[in-house]
Amino acid sequence: MSADHLFVLGATHHTAPMAVREKLSIDAEGAEALRRELAAMTGLREFTVVSTCNRIEFYGVASAPTVAAEVQRAFCERQHFTAAEFEQFRLSLTGPGAVQHLLEVTAGLDSQMLGETEILGQVKEAYGEAQARGHTGAVLNRVFQKAFQSAKHVRSNTAITEGQVSIANVAVELAGNIFGSLAQTRILLVGAGDIGEKTAKAFQSRGAAALSVASRRLERAMELANQLGAFAVPFWLMPVKLADFDVVACATSAPDVVVTLSAVQAAMRRRPARPLFLIDLALPRDIDPAVADLENVFLYNLDDLAKIAEQNRAAREAEIGKCRALIVERATALWRQVEPRLSGGNAANAFPQVKAES
Amino acid sequence: MFAGLTDRSWLWLAGECYLVGLLLGTWTLLRGNRQSNTVINTIITVGYFFQVIGLMLRGRAVAGCPLGNTFEIFQFTAWSAISLYLVVGVTFRLSLLGYFTSCLAAAVTLVSLSIPAWDATRRAHIFGGNPWIELHAAIALFSYGVFALVALTSVMYLLRNFSLKQKQLRGFFTFLPSIMDLDHMSLRLLFVGVILLTISLAVGSVYWLRDLQSVNLTKLFLTVAVWLAYAIALGLRLRGRLIAQRFAWVGIILFGCALFSLWPVDASRHAPTSHTQAASR
Repeated sequence: MSADHLFVLGATHHTAPMAVREKLSIDAEGAEALRRELAAMTGLREFTVVSTCNRIEFYGVASAPTVAAEVQRAFCERQHFTAAEFEQFRLSLTGPGAVQHLLEVTAGLDSQMLGETEILGQVKEAYGEAQARGHTGAVLNRVFQKAFQSAKHVRSNTAITEGQVSIANVAVELAGNIFGSLAQTRILLVGAGDIGEKTAKAFQSRGAAALSVASRRLERAMELANQLGAFAVPFWLMPVKLADFDVVACATSAPDVVVTLSAVQAAMRRRPARPLFLIDLALPRDIDPAVADLENVFLYNLDDLAKIAEQNRAAREAEIGKCRALIVERATALWRQVEPRLSGGNAANAFPQVKAES
Repeated sequence: MFAGLTDRSWLWLAGECYLVGLLLGTWTLLRGNRQSNTVINTIITVGYFFQVIGLMLRGRAVAGCPLGNTFEIFQFTAWSAISLYLVVGVTFRLSLLGYFTSCLAAAVTLVSLSIPAWDATRRAHIFGGNPWIELHAAIALFSYGVFALVALTSVMYLLRNFSLKQKQLRGFFTFLPSIMDLDHMSLRLLFVGVILLTISLAVGSVYWLRDLQSVNLTKLFLTVAVWLAYAIALGLRLRGRLIAQRFAWVGIILFGCALFSLWPVDASRHAPTSHTQAASR
């Protein structure tokens, strides 16, 4: 009996530019059809498709090395790519390399935003779906489950996920350092620009109690408030209402200061014991820098947030070596466990339900 | 293995456990890792267990609450702080509070053990055989333990405030709790401390009113001054007049004053009459 082959085939943000990834991305219907095709493919014993905005990857166990090329052909045909085109951007690894790649992906080491944890959930979902359909067997079950354990191990034993690396998430993290849980925190977004919107969404995703939007154009504030499920506040009322909010994120294009020292002083007189977190995302600045000297007031501008994000990114990058050492160790041990299963062949276990259907 | 250990030996073991907590915590923080609450709480609990045995042996030897000299007062205060931490720390899971508590407990227990003069003599029959006076003293010192935790959460508050104002958020500062959590914890602890001290003074005042000569004026003045200071601080905080950094500084300064007031309070009680070493066996 000849040995089976473990492979990963696909394209990621490391190998393909965004324009190519857009063409490679596969919608739910297409993915479903492709899965059916792969399930019926001769020699493909197990497979899982991981598809996110930054990667499309096929993990498979095949009876012959040529089967990976068949998977590539099926995918390229569906996406209207020629093999030659795809191969320019292709990620193709086999055996221990494929195992190590999966461990790096689940640990967030291969992500565009280094150390992000969302990818682990996405891979888990992809694996869960494949498992539920009977597309995985002894080899991929082992490899994926160990990859999830490895990701947890890497996260717990290194600082790869410490600190946020985007401006919006840094702001949310800072709010956490001030208020703890955001469940009781009221947010005011002043200005309806893109960065303010992103920040507001980041606060919402972390469970902020209530969000309000103030803009010099009330209709724009109402539009954004509707979009975000927030309240609209008339711009002229904003200085008076300041005391009602815990976090104020300003991102207007106003040439002058929008939040003045006297307005903040007045607000703090009404809420002396509760901190006020002011985020100035505008250039020129919207908030008078003098407010930073007030007790219980914390002011961060765009530069401050960018600097923290950069420090966090650098700190995560400094952890790469440590993470990789842990992953290599685990990938090597995992490969030792998996290799005998590949040598033994798994034909009998290959997608029992699918085979029965087809 | 532990049979035949004296009360002081148990207290040394307790102090060493707290020291291990301090060293392990420092080492973990210097490596930039998050502290395991389980590990630190286990170390503190083991130390606490040793301290309970030590204080129990001392209490049995002196036939009462061991509050007869500076050494015992310090040990009892540290024990009170740890007792409360084991409730507060486990319930509210404030990151690093265990580390700071082990720092304080190690300092208080080991310093008091290292100065033999503090335990050379002790005052006998300080409670005049009256369990209510003993309760008054024990609750008063327990409240000092609570105020010790207020001082710790205040230190943590100032560090967090510094990190946020100076935009220094990495390293050690990563692990500090939020400024609001620390503020709420300080307020709750202050509230508990003031209530306990009030109860203690209420119990004590009943006996003082019966016999005005029974309490030395220095002790009376200092104890009431400490209570009043904390009560005023609590009142101002609740009215929003003493907040943020000023509230934290007051928490630290008042605890320093309360701790230093223990010497004159202790010295103003009855004259020393017995030797501890004899009492502890």
